[in-house]
Amino acid sequence: MVNQEKAFYDRLAQKGVTRRDFMKFCTFLTATMGLSSSFIPKVAEVFAAPAKRPTVVWLHLGECTGCSEALLRSMYPWIDELVLEVLDVAYHETIMAAAGHQAEEVLHEAVQKNKGKFICVVEGAVATKYNGGYGKVGGKSFLQIAKEICPQAAGVICIGSCSAFGNIPAAKPNPGGYKGVGEALGIKTVNIAGCPPNPINFVGTVVNYLLLGKLPAVDDLGRPLFAYGQTIHDNCARRGHFENGEFVEEFGSKEAALGYCLYKVGCRGPETYNNCGIVKFNSGCSWPVQAGAPCIGCSQPEFWDKFTPFYQEL
Amino acid sequence: MAERIIVDPITRIEGHLRIEVEVSGGKVVNAWSSGQMFRGIEVILQGRDPRDAHHFVQRSCGVCTYVHSIASVRAVDDAVKVKIPKNARLIRNLLLGAQFQHDHIVHFYHLHALDWVDVVSALKADPAKTAALSDNVSNAPWGGTNYFKNVQQRLKTFVESGQLGPFANAYWGHPAYKLPPEANLLAAAHYIEALRLQAKAARMHAIFGGKNPHPQSLVAGGVTCAADLTAERIAEFLYITKETHEFVKNVYIPDLLAVASFYKDWGGIGRTTNFLAWGDFPLTEKEPESLFMPRGVIFKRNLEKPIMADPGKVTEHVARSWYEGTQARHPYQGETKPFAGDPKYDTDAKDGRYSWLKAPRYEGEPCEVGPLAHVLVGYAYGQKEWKQPVDHVLKTLNIPAEALFSTLGRTAARGIETLVIGEAMQGWVMELVENIKKGDTQTYEPFEMPDKAQGVGLNDVPRGALGHWIVIENKKIKNYQYVVPSTWNLAPRCAAGKLSPVEEALIGTPIADPKRPLEILRTVHSYDPCIACAVHVIDPDSNEVYKVRAA
Repeated sequence: MVNQEKAFYDRLAQKGVTRRDFMKFCTFLTATMGLSSSFIPKVAEVFAAPAKRPTVVWLHLGECTGCSEALLRSMYPWIDELVLEVLDVAYHETIMAAAGHQAEEVLHEAVQKNKGKFICVVEGAVATKYNGGYGKVGGKSFLQIAKEICPQAAGVICIGSCSAFGNIPAAKPNPGGYKGVGEALGIKTVNIAGCPPNPINFVGTVVNYLLLGKLPAVDDLGRPLFAYGQTIHDNCARRGHFENGEFVEEFGSKEAALGYCLYKVGCRGPETYNNCGIVKFNSGCSWPVQAGAPCIGCSQPEFWDKFTPFYQEL
Repeated sequence: MAERIIVDPITRIEGHLRIEVEVSGGKVVNAWSSGQMFRGIEVILQGRDPRDAHHFVQRSCGVCTYVHSIASVRAVDDAVKVKIPKNARLIRNLLLGAQFQHDHIVHFYHLHALDWVDVVSALKADPAKTAALSDNVSNAPWGGTNYFKNVQQRLKTFVESGQLGPFANAYWGHPAYKLPPEANLLAAAHYIEALRLQAKAARMHAIFGGKNPHPQSLVAGGVTCAADLTAERIAEFLYITKETHEFVKNVYIPDLLAVASFYKDWGGIGRTTNFLAWGDFPLTEKEPESLFMPRGVIFKRNLEKPIMADPGKVTEHVARSWYEGTQARHPYQGETKPFAGDPKYDTDAKDGRYSWLKAPRYEGEPCEVGPLAHVLVGYAYGQKEWKQPVDHVLKTLNIPAEALFSTLGRTAARGIETLVIGEAMQGWVMELVENIKKGDTQTYEPFEMPDKAQGVGLNDVPRGALGHWIVIENKKIKNYQYVVPSTWNLAPRCAAGKLSPVEEALIGTPIADPKRPLEILRTVHSYDPCIACAVHVIDPDSNEVYKVRAA
């Protein structure tokens, strides 16, 4: 363990990441997860030296790959750390080298070997109309695939609002009969909502599993409370302007340049549960409200129908 | 004896693609490309607020993020007749440029490289020799024997764990892999470096767009990021632009040339005939005159003189797709009656249908779109920003211009345009600075939504020519239609039985081992397919006919 740890910090150092930076990340992640600071060393351990990496089977159904792309942007830990040293990403169509029947073999072997133990991550909604005829991989419908793989997993994590709630393909009139995985299969899933979600919330959920052996506590929509426990509005940096009655009423205005509250140009922050304003995207770079764009409420079910037209006050 | 091979799923792409080929005498003699999913975003858009459309269409794809958002706001700008301010034009261009930088790096290293690079062979490399090779071919900031020793050790630990993850069961050891172990180790090291670089590069979108994927700051009339036109935000953007460009110049291009030098025979494989570019990056209000990436069509590989492209000459065919009817139509009069039911995949019958993609044609001809089309059109116009790097690549590899119309040319063109656009972006950032210095901080132009209007947005994005058309009635979306790059490239046959670019390109491809068709992946991946983008428009319940007319 000591040696492995040393090797781990050497590797970090080589990338220009100091031990201090790394501990800072672990502190940040631990806080994001809502755990007490006594967990920080344990969080560090999870990244330093897992004995056998837990197997992840990542299914792509009716989706746009935006959630996978979001995870690729993870900087602490880097995505290569996640893939090479933390997790065993046995099946993931966007990054895997194998294709065709060789890919199918990998999927079935991973499921067989790790029955009841692997984490199934689902990206994308399930087409249910016409026997699932509107979406297929290897000749099998998304519905068949989800039915076959999901129940064999230790747990199902839905990454993104599509697998969580159906999202855009399920927006009215929902031509393909798309549904979230939980609804389509009648199972309980952990839902990392967002379009796409912040990768830190996925990483936090996985670390929770590795650390405590269970998936995190969730709200009534299956969303981890550590990330989705409060509204955007609760923690918005522009909240002070809201309280002072200082609003942007037109894009490009003087008020917009001053960073006033976006409520009157349609911000859905008061109705939306997520931690965007706290953790921000692309490793703390920004988030939509900071860029002057009203929140569209992408972590709420049916936001495409319930929150539109977007640019109108709630 | 002819043999059929089906590769499904095609991995390392966006979306769900199935490729079927017929092999005879060790070569592909026939090919079929099939899109396997649709969701129907265009139908979902009907009756909604036109200003909302860009949020919806951006969800066509998270890999080609941003591009549908900009295409959509441009179509609405055109419909409502609003002229966006200079700052908005510059920021939109910068965000599009950032998308090219990010997207192409990820494609080369993470989606395409494993078709040419044998990671397992890297374990046998001599780290000292790899370091020497690295010094010789590239200007990468990392190197040295210890660096490569560490990378190799990391790969070894990974392989010895027995948990091979994304590298399991691939075509390692295939005879079509030609790189020596040291070059494989070099490429594997840069695969990892590029993973980190892309995460940084994506921050360009976050700075002016709030996040990536799916930046949120575009609106019809301009951009929302008025509060971000500050010195520190712009400097941060410029710094990442430079860092990314340094990587492209010193690592991506040298890697591309080094790998290509072992695969020059691919200059004769994966060949296509016609090329179309709408062009993009308006440098002034005038389009298409001021487009940095020019607009044009090239027929029959004629590089003498491109023809100005006219969106009026586009038709979409459905004769071999899962839609009712056989009539080819202009997208403005396009009608879409998808089969209501589980579609039958039929590549055998002469009129069999086998894909959710329609087949777009220009004057009845299939046209390749994307990096190769961009580069060829710029080259044929003789524009020096485009011509010089192409000539440099041809000279370095010692291949004729004729070799450009190929899988090798397509992959090289992607690198070339990343370089050319990255070079220009730094000037655009400075233009933004100068404009703000002059006191112009306008980012948005207000407009009234008309009761009735129509508009078009023509764009050229990392995967190629992209057009969005919108029809507005009662201030709502009456119709929305988009013709997308991967639809051009990965379509099925048309009513006239003409093959799509990828189908044409696959024919003649050598197949060393039909059970491990690595060579198919090379050509298919050279198009960087995005299938979620490529399939749209449906209403299975009403079988309603959708008509979209141009501005």
